[in-house]
Amino acid sequence: MEDKAKIQAKEIRFRYMQDMPPAVDGVNMQIKKGEFVAVLGANGCGKSTLSKHFNAILLPESGTVTVEGMDTQQEEHLYDIRQKVGMVFQNPDNQIVATVVEEDVAFALENLGVPPTEIRTRIDEAMEMAGIFKHKHKAPHKLSGGQKQRVAIAGVIAMRPDCLILDEATAMLDPIGREKVMKTIRRLNKEFGITVVSITHYMEEAAQADRILVMNKGKVVLEGTPKEVFSQVDLLHSLRLDVPQATELAQQLRKAGLDMPEDCITEEECAQALAKLLA
Amino acid sequence: MGAIIRAEHLTQIYGQGMPDASTAIDDLSFEIEEGDFVGLIGSTGSGKSTLINHFNGILKPTSGKLYIDGQDMWADPKQIRKFRFLVGLVFQYPEYQLFEETVEKDIAYGPINMGLSEQEIRERVKQAAELCEIDAEMLKKSPFDLSGGQKRRVAIAGVIAMRPRVLVLDEPAAGLDPEGRDNILSQIKAYHKETGTTVVLVSHSMEDIAKYADKVIVMNQSKIKMYDTTEKVFARAEELLQMGLSVPQVTKIFLKLREMGINVPANVYTIPYAVKTILAHQAEKKGEIV
Repeated sequence: MEDKAKIQAKEIRFRYMQDMPPAVDGVNMQIKKGEFVAVLGANGCGKSTLSKHFNAILLPESGTVTVEGMDTQQEEHLYDIRQKVGMVFQNPDNQIVATVVEEDVAFALENLGVPPTEIRTRIDEAMEMAGIFKHKHKAPHKLSGGQKQRVAIAGVIAMRPDCLILDEATAMLDPIGREKVMKTIRRLNKEFGITVVSITHYMEEAAQADRILVMNKGKVVLEGTPKEVFSQVDLLHSLRLDVPQATELAQQLRKAGLDMPEDCITEEECAQALAKLLA
Repeated sequence: MGAIIRAEHLTQIYGQGMPDASTAIDDLSFEIEEGDFVGLIGSTGSGKSTLINHFNGILKPTSGKLYIDGQDMWADPKQIRKFRFLVGLVFQYPEYQLFEETVEKDIAYGPINMGLSEQEIRERVKQAAELCEIDAEMLKKSPFDLSGGQKRRVAIAGVIAMRPRVLVLDEPAAGLDPEGRDNILSQIKAYHKETGTTVVLVSHSMEDIAKYADKVIVMNQSKIKMYDTTEKVFARAEELLQMGLSVPQVTKIFLKLREMGINVPANVYTIPYAVKTILAHQAEKKGEIV
């Protein structure tokens, strides 16, 4: 099924400096078209380094990364790859350049030399998709963190990428900002078929993905559906990670001798199981 | 114990008199008791940051008064420096503020500015380093050679070394992995217990607030909307959700159970509490059958 792979990494290895241990050490993985993948791992495990290989910000020291079959090492593919794979980073204030929302969203398109009329259509569409259309005339510094992140997302969406990489894009947001950004991301994934790779420390967010990759010391150590991954409570704890509170509660009740399922990861599932128990 | 922080009609208006003037905090009157561990929550733009900047004298109130340890903070603006040593403020992403050659020098920067004796400075650096689990080897290193979590601990140690009566932390765990989060927050909690220092913790993580704070201040639209024990605040889930806040996931599970007509309390906000509640419920049920 290689043709279906949006992004493919084969045996990639990367070091920031010659005398440092590799940040990414022999990773093999692929992301399929339309998939929503979450990447988990402790600070320093290599997850951001890995994700920067997906749009050729970093190039592997050995091994290959391909985006829709294009090798990221080959410079002639650079523009195409960057257009296909867009990135959103953690701090919204570091990603906004213009003084008006819609101008910021248009920034990349202007640089690409897209004709003005087309820019108008594309940014309106992008702002609509990211749910910030009504703020289009505002100054970015007057927006909340969650709104700013959605401006950053709109700026990327305006380039019509096939894949969106989010590197802890919700880490600095309040609960409602986080929820709205997640809702936007889910919508882009489900309705518009955009492939999503989300790096996060929030287990509840990872639980919404189709598949989770867990990294440790530069390697992918665990891979599976959220249910499969979060059932490994002890292994995750040993990797400095956590599980959603729903999973943690179910596990502790199981340890206390109650009949709770091993694969409950959402509030709903946990509440249903508890309801059966308590009724 | 008395109030270490007391606000009377504290108000801050940014750009007063300008067309785009905005009220960041509006007529706040409240007290924080010495020795409390208070969580401060509120959505972006609710006024949290403005409020904690006031605690440290970074902003001067547009109107109203703020008393630290019973003294009017702005009675004599020239004296503001002493309040900065009484209330230590750890900003968001404090690791970006490290600048010295070694970790040791960085931690010593605050105490040096306080004009303390060399002996006293050494002692304070040593104690602050211990409290933040910074070992002798790390003290000699450049702060720029450390990991994100380590840098964060150094920055916090730098504030602790000034031995403030109140320690205010703005999202000290943001961006750290789950274990890093737990480490840093439990160290702060242990420090609070050991020294009796008042702590104000700003966080967007309801789970963290639930786990560590004894009382919670909820801000919304420039006002304090709730100020109560953690248990009582999280029992008002609906109101919190309306303010763009949230409750811990475990509380949401219990709310769902209540919706299904199951008689469980609404104020369950930590996992140990949840386990206890469910086991008690089960025991009771068995008792009825027998």
